[in-house]
Amino acid sequence: MDIAIKDGKIVKKVNESNAKIIDASGLTVMAGGVDIHSHIAGSEVNLGRMIRPDDHVKDVVKKTALTRSGTGYSIPSTYVTGYRYSKMGYTTVMNPSMAAMKAKHAHEELNDIPLIDKASFTLLGDWWFALENIAKGDLEECARLIAWMIRGTRSYAIKIVNPGGLESWGFGRNVHSLDDEVPNFCLTPRDIITGMAKVNTMLNMPHTIHLHTNNLGVPGNYKTTIDTMRALESVYQGDKPIGHITHIQFSSFAGDSWAHFKSGAEEIANYLNAHNHMTVDIGQVTFADTTTMTADGPFEFALYELGGHNKWVNSDVETEASGGIIPFHFKKKNAVNAIQWSIGLELSLMIKDPWKWFMTTDHPNGGPFFHYPRVFAWLYSRKAREATLKKCNKKAQKKSLLPTLDREYTLYELAIVTRAGTAKALGLKNKGHLGVGAEADVSIYNINPETTDIAQTYKPVRKAFGNAAYTIKDGEIVVKDAEIVATPPGRTMWLDVQTKEPCRIDEEMKRKFKEYWTIEFDNYPVTDHYIKVPEKITIKASV
Amino acid sequence: MTKIIKSVVCPICGCLCDDLEVTVENNEIIKMKNGCAVCEAKMVHGYKSEERILEPHIRKDGKLVPVSMDEAINKAAQILTDSKYPLLFGWTSSASETQHVGVELAEELGSALDNCCSVCHGPSVMATQEIGIPTATLGQIRHRADLIVYWACNPWSSHPRHVERYTAFTDGRFEKSEFKDYVQKLKAKASQKKVAATIRRTQVRYQPSRPQSATVEAPPQTLAKAGRKMIVFDVMKTMTAEVADYFVKVEPNRDYEIFGAMRCLVNDQELDVDSVGGIPVDYLKEIADVMVNAEFGAIFFGLGLTQSIGRFRNVELAIALTRDLNRKTKFVVSPMRGHFNVTGANTVFAWQTGYPFALDFSQGYPQYNPGEFTAIDLLRREDNDATLVISADPGAHFPKSALQNMMKYPLITINPDWNAISRLGDVVFPTQWCGIEQAGTAYRMDSVAISLKKVVEAPKGVPTDEEILRRILEKVRTIKAQKTTKENKEPQKEEAPKKRRLKPQEENVKAEGD
Amino acid sequence: MAEQKLRVTLITGRTIDQGVGKELGKGSDKYFDSVAVCFLDPSDIKKLGLKSGMNVQVTSKYGSVVVKAKKYTHGAIPGMIFMPCGLWANIICSADTDSIGMPTFRGFTVEVEPAPNKPVLTLDELLKQEFGK
Repeated sequence: MDIAIKDGKIVKKVNESNAKIIDASGLTVMAGGVDIHSHIAGSEVNLGRMIRPDDHVKDVVKKTALTRSGTGYSIPSTYVTGYRYSKMGYTTVMNPSMAAMKAKHAHEELNDIPLIDKASFTLLGDWWFALENIAKGDLEECARLIAWMIRGTRSYAIKIVNPGGLESWGFGRNVHSLDDEVPNFCLTPRDIITGMAKVNTMLNMPHTIHLHTNNLGVPGNYKTTIDTMRALESVYQGDKPIGHITHIQFSSFAGDSWAHFKSGAEEIANYLNAHNHMTVDIGQVTFADTTTMTADGPFEFALYELGGHNKWVNSDVETEASGGIIPFHFKKKNAVNAIQWSIGLELSLMIKDPWKWFMTTDHPNGGPFFHYPRVFAWLYSRKAREATLKKCNKKAQKKSLLPTLDREYTLYELAIVTRAGTAKALGLKNKGHLGVGAEADVSIYNINPETTDIAQTYKPVRKAFGNAAYTIKDGEIVVKDAEIVATPPGRTMWLDVQTKEPCRIDEEMKRKFKEYWTIEFDNYPVTDHYIKVPEKITIKASV
Repeated sequence: MTKIIKSVVCPICGCLCDDLEVTVENNEIIKMKNGCAVCEAKMVHGYKSEERILEPHIRKDGKLVPVSMDEAINKAAQILTDSKYPLLFGWTSSASETQHVGVELAEELGSALDNCCSVCHGPSVMATQEIGIPTATLGQIRHRADLIVYWACNPWSSHPRHVERYTAFTDGRFEKSEFKDYVQKLKAKASQKKVAATIRRTQVRYQPSRPQSATVEAPPQTLAKAGRKMIVFDVMKTMTAEVADYFVKVEPNRDYEIFGAMRCLVNDQELDVDSVGGIPVDYLKEIADVMVNAEFGAIFFGLGLTQSIGRFRNVELAIALTRDLNRKTKFVVSPMRGHFNVTGANTVFAWQTGYPFALDFSQGYPQYNPGEFTAIDLLRREDNDATLVISADPGAHFPKSALQNMMKYPLITINPDWNAISRLGDVVFPTQWCGIEQAGTAYRMDSVAISLKKVVEAPKGVPTDEEILRRILEKVRTIKAQKTTKENKEPQKEEAPKKRRLKPQEENVKAEGD
Repeated sequence: MAEQKLRVTLITGRTIDQGVGKELGKGSDKYFDSVAVCFLDPSDIKKLGLKSGMNVQVTSKYGSVVVKAKKYTHGAIPGMIFMPCGLWANIICSADTDSIGMPTFRGFTVEVEPAPNKPVLTLDELLKQEFGK
C-alpha cells in the first residue's frame, strides 16, 4: 500500500515521476503521534525547570548547525522538547494546564517548541466568574464567559483540576468529596463538574472537559473517581463521551492509608468497561527521577507533608487556580511507587476498548515523555512487564495483578492509544490517521510488523520507537534515522468559540474584572502577537 | 493632536502597574495619571531628556564620535568574534522578545550570558533552587492576606505603588484596605498619650512586664486586631516602616539568626536567650503568634537579605519559615524583584536553556554556575575579554574593581540614554525606550506576563534593541562563516577548550536495563 | 569635642529620590543631588561636628569617595550610614561575592570623616578619575 502526500496533506495519489519516494517496505508506518496530556510549557513548567539545575546538568544537548542547544531530563528546555518528541515520531502535543492569567507566557514558550503542533487547555474549574454563575444556575452566561476566556487565552479545551479544591486552597484548605461545600461560593465539586460538562456540550467543544479529579493522590480515592464518573452519567446524551479523566492512575488508589495502599484499577476498569461516557489517560509511572507539577496546589502540599522532599513550590494564581511542584524519584524498591506503576498497567490492560484510554505519563509527573517507548514495551510485551516487576518491591509484587494479565498490545492497538484514539477524543479530524485528507504527519519505525515478534524481541522494538526512521510533519521530512533534518515551527491550535450572543462585557463586568484581577481588562487577553504560527478553529456554539 | 491612551504599562519596576493613563500630544507624552513619582519622572520627562543617545558612537582616540549604524554593527560583531570569551550582560529593561535573541547570540558566540539578577535577586533564585518557594500572584495576596510582612525592603522607595495596588492599602474580595485605619492612626497620634494610658490601665493586669529594648519598640496592641496588619523588618526605619503597624529594627547582617529564631518559635520550641539580632525574644514570640494566627500571610523580602552576609542562605530561611507556617495556616513569600523585566530575563533564559542566569555556552551547550559565570565573578577574575551590556547600567551599579577590569577590554553598550555605562562604552548603540517607544512583553515580579505598549514613535533612525541584536547576530554568523572557509584552506590548529568541560550527553534517552 | 573619624556600618539601598533621579537621567542634577549623598544619624553628625550640607569622605578597604552629608529623618540609625545605590556608593563597595555572584553592597564597616575642603565629584569626573574614560 502506498501513501501519497501533497502540500502537507495525504491525497489519493501523486505524480510519481517527480515525487520524492520513501521506501517503507518492511517498516511500521503510523500517523504522527498525538499526545493528549503533557506539560511542556507555561509558568508552572518553567518554574520547575528553573529550580532543577541538578536535573539539567546530567543531560545536556549541544548546538548543531541546524538545532539549538539546551538541556534535558525531566523537564527539557523548549527546543529539546520539540526535538525529542519528533524523534519518537510524535507530531502533536496537548499542553494541558494553563492558568488563564499566565497564558501569554505559555504561548511564548510554545512558540519556541519546534516540530510539533500544540494546543493548551485553560484552567477554568475554579475561576470565580464560572463558580458564581454555576452557583446562580446561569449556565448559559457561564458558557458565554468561558467562550470569551477560551478565545482570550487562545486555548483548546476546558481543564478542571480538583474542582473547588483550588479555591479552598486559597485559605489553605481543600475539599475531600464531591459534596463538600466550596467555602464562600455556595456550591460543591459535583456542581462544578456537571455544570462544566453541560457548558462544554453547549459550546460544542471538540474535546470533552479534561478533568483532574478531587482527592488525587490520596489512598482510597478510586471511590471519588467512580463518584465523579457517576455524576457525569446524567449529562451523557448517548452519543459521544462527555468527560475525560486525566492521569487516572493517580486517582485509582485503594486502601485506607499509605501502609495499606493497594490498587483500585479493577474497580475503575470495570466501571469504564460498562460505561461509554468517559475516556481516560493513564499517567503511567516509568521509574524516573522526575519533577511532579500540577495546578492541584493542595495535593503538592500533601506530598510535601509526606516528607523527604527538599523542594516544594506552591504558586497560587488569583481568581483562577493554584499550582505546585515537587521533584520526585519514583523507585522500584518503594512499595507505593511500584504499586502505582502496576496500577497504570493494570488499567491499560483491563480496559478492554483501546478507544477509551490513552497512553500518557502525565509528563513530567509519572516520568518524562521520552520514556514512552518503555511504556509501549510494557504494553505489547508480557516479558517486558515481568522483567520490570521482578525488580520491584516484594510487597508490591505480591499485590500486583499483572501476573494474571496476559494481554499484549498489537501495533494496531498501540496506534490507537497513542494517536488514533487521542486524535478522536480531541476532535482532531485530520490527525491520528493516514486517510485521504489527513494532515501529512507520518512516523515510520524500523520495525518489521510481518517478521518481528514484538512481544519477544521487545528491546530492539522499544529502541525503534524511540528513534524514528522517519518523522514527516506536514509533508516535510523532519527526522531521518533519528536525526533532526529540518525544524519547522509547528502550529498552535486554538478555538474561536462563537456564541450566539457574546458575553456581557459592560461597565459592570469591567468593574468586576478590576476587582478580581490585578491586570486591566484591556491587558488581559492574549493577542495575535503571541502566537507565531496560529491555527484558528472556529466553533459554533449552541448558546 | 492630543490622544489619551489607557491601560498603559509602566516599564520601571517589578510591579508593572498597568493602569496608567497617558496623554500624548504631537508624539510627546505631556502628562499622565495614576503613575508614581518615579514613573512620572521617566514617562513624562526622562525618556525625552537631552541625555538621549540618537546615533551610534565609536570610541576613536579616547573620544566617542558618531558613526553610521552599519559601522557600529560591524565593529560590534568584530569585537565579539575576535574575543575569546565575551560576556553578554544586562537584559532586564528589555522585552522578552529581545532577551530571546540574546540567548541565540550567546549560543552562537559561545559566550557567558548573565542578567542583572546576579546582583539583585540571584541569591533568591538560588534559594528557590535549594528548597523551592511557596508563593502566589499579587492578586491572591490582595484578596486574602490579613498579614503582610515586608522584610529588608522598602517598597515606598523601590516599588512605590506596591502597597497601594497589591497589599495593605487595596481592597480585595476577602480583605479590605487599611488605608482609612492608617489615616485614623495618624490622627490618633495627637491623642497618643491618652491612648497609651488607657491601654496601660486595661492591659497591665494581664500583660507580664516585658524587657525593654533600646532600639526596638514593643509590639503594639493593634497587632491583635482583625483585618489587615503590616509588619516591617529592616535595619533602619524607612517610609514603608512609618506606614506599618509595627516596625522591627534588625541589626545589620543578623537576618539569618532572626529567621532561625522565628522558625523555632513557630514550631513551638523555646529559646534560651533573651534577644536575637537585637530583638527581645518576647517580642519575636508575639510576632510568631500573629503569624500563626493569620488567615493568610505574605512575606515580601528585598535586597537587604540578598546583599547582606548570608545572602542566599538568608532567603532560604525566609522560605523555610514560610514553609513551616504553612503547616499552621496559609503563608506565601515573594521576592521584590526590581527591574521591570528581570523576572522575564530569568524566565526566557530558563525555558530556552533550563537555567535562569549565570550561563555559559563555551562548550556548545548551556552551563550554569553562579560564582563562576556571574558577571561580577567573571570580571573580578578577568575571565572575559569583551563585554556587551544591554538595557542595564552596571556603570552605576557594579563595584569599582569589577568595572575597572571591564574597562581593560572592549565594551559594547545598547541603551537608550547616556547612563554611566554608555559613557564608558567603546561602541555605543542608541535604542528605543522599551514600553514607551517599543512594545513587547515583560514579566511582573510574580511571573505574570504583561504586554508593554508603544505610546510614542521613537526618534528617527533609533532602532529597537531586538533589531540591533539581530543585525549583530547576522554579522557574527557572516564573519564566522568567512573564518571557517579561511581556516579550511589553511591547516587547522587544534584549539584548546576555553573552559572546564562537562561530559556532554547528546542522547540521554537510555532504556531501563530490564 | 568633635571626633575626627567614625567607624560605622554602611547600608546602601534605594530612595524614592534616587529612583526619580535615575529616570530623569544619570547626568541630571536631580540624580547627582539624590545619589552623591550619605545619610547619618543626628547623633553621629554631632559627633563629627558636621554642619548640614557639609561634605564627608567615606572610606572602606576598597576605596574612598566624597559625598554630601545629610541627616536621616525617619528614625534613629546610630553607628550606621545610608548611601543611595549608585556610582558613589559603589566606589567603596567590594566585588567579593562569596562565590555566588553577589558583591558585598551593604553591611560592612567604613570610616566617615568631615571633608569640608574636598569637592563632590560629578558623574563624569568620577568616571574619568576611576576608569579613565
